[in-house]
Amino acid sequence: MKLRTTSAAAAAAVVLALTATACGTGSDSGSNGDKINVGIKFDQPGLGLKTPDGKYAGFDVDVARYVAKELGFAEDKINFKQAPSAERENLIKNGDVKFVVASYSINDKRKKEVDFAGPYFLAHQDLLVRADDSSITKVEDLNAKKLCSVTGSTSAQNVKDKLAPKADLQQLGGYSECLTGLENKAVDALTTDDSILAGYASQKDHAGKFKLAGLRMSDEKYGIGVKKGDDELRGKINKALEKMVSDGTWEKLVKQHFGPSGYKYEPAPKVEN
Amino acid sequence: MFDFLDSGQYDLLGAFWVTAKLALYSAIGSLIWGTALVSMRVSPVPLMRSFGTAYVNLVRNTPLTVVLVGCLLGLNQTLGITLGGGRSEDIGFRLAVLGLVAYTGTFVCEALRSGINTVPAGQAEAARALGMSFTQVLTVVVLPQAFRAAVTPLANVLIALTKNTTVAAAIGAVDAAFLMKTMIENETDALFAVFAVFAFGFIVLTLPTGLILGWAAKRLAVKR
Repeated sequence: MKLRTTSAAAAAAVVLALTATACGTGSDSGSNGDKINVGIKFDQPGLGLKTPDGKYAGFDVDVARYVAKELGFAEDKINFKQAPSAERENLIKNGDVKFVVASYSINDKRKKEVDFAGPYFLAHQDLLVRADDSSITKVEDLNAKKLCSVTGSTSAQNVKDKLAPKADLQQLGGYSECLTGLENKAVDALTTDDSILAGYASQKDHAGKFKLAGLRMSDEKYGIGVKKGDDELRGKINKALEKMVSDGTWEKLVKQHFGPSGYKYEPAPKVEN
Repeated sequence: MFDFLDSGQYDLLGAFWVTAKLALYSAIGSLIWGTALVSMRVSPVPLMRSFGTAYVNLVRNTPLTVVLVGCLLGLNQTLGITLGGGRSEDIGFRLAVLGLVAYTGTFVCEALRSGINTVPAGQAEAARALGMSFTQVLTVVVLPQAFRAAVTPLANVLIALTKNTTVAAAIGAVDAAFLMKTMIENETDALFAVFAVFAFGFIVLTLPTGLILGWAAKRLAVKR
């Protein structure tokens, strides 16, 4: 390939960069003393959100709390850390967190880096449209529409490569910018996992303005990321997840966090061992 | 470690080409807008002087992200201005050029103003005494010398502008930073390699700029 020379030059650059910074990887186990570090999202309403008063709310957060409790850590012993999508693998590998519950879809590429417990939730890529808009009923309708998603996200790449290559896809810095465009009719739909969309649609400011289109365009199994090879922890988390479903907590939490948007969620997926 | 470059999945050169175009168009635009601003700041009309001063101080102290996202949310999404662009990539690109010109123009203006200060006041006075108008004094006597003295600070502004284009990815321009976000999403196992590739790309763009303009500054400087 013609890019071989580029990669050789880049290799030289990275050697320089790495020797200059001497990237240290902590040997911290993810739990300091009697506390446990857990990675969650801080910016996704409904899943993992840091509220202005410093508390944490969302489905993922409550799942993390339940699992930590089963592992023997009370609520005040949990130390939540922000785990943005691009940094999740590194946080786990470096031992900064014990496990990650952050709308973390299980896929083969990630399985090479980390192990997954669960899944604990089955989401699909879907569309959020204005409440009075019923012009999108199937995936093919998208080719004539303006879509919005977050720059470089898997959902955006799905639309461009597979689902609707002809659609006019706008990629912006965050979902909030997309929502402004959706409200002002600059775009027709916002696309990503339905669980995330439901979180936005349930927010107080947006109540009644948007709805989910209900197209199931992909399967995203959310798992709990743990260090590669830590089968003991993975087994414990899997047990906790099974218990969470069987004692009814799962159902209660899903209703509490996704209920207001009218989101038709899938039943609890079976834990894969 | 750098396998992802050979997969053929990413158009690295295309993305950097968009970055280069973004930088070039914005550089031309902000040179023009900056010259207009500095003319206002040194003009004898108080209203123009105060507009120039107010604009420069307001815009250069606003974070670039706010300027660009403001262009998107305010101009495009709320007012429906597309600047003649069809698909959202075009609109993002054009809005980004507009925002970058509005922002970088203030720095060009201040660089030129420092250039104007190197021209002895006596020259402007002599030109006035010969009966030249303000426009003639500025375009024939002062600005040509100011530009030649301001090449070094202008090169600084150009390098900063090239790197600032990365912010344009936030409003949907499909530039190098946009590709980097896509690659970070897909190549989580090679995070540092991705960063290194893009850092290297920007050095390739900016290092020659600095060297050429540094050489030009020496050649062009007015010997006094």
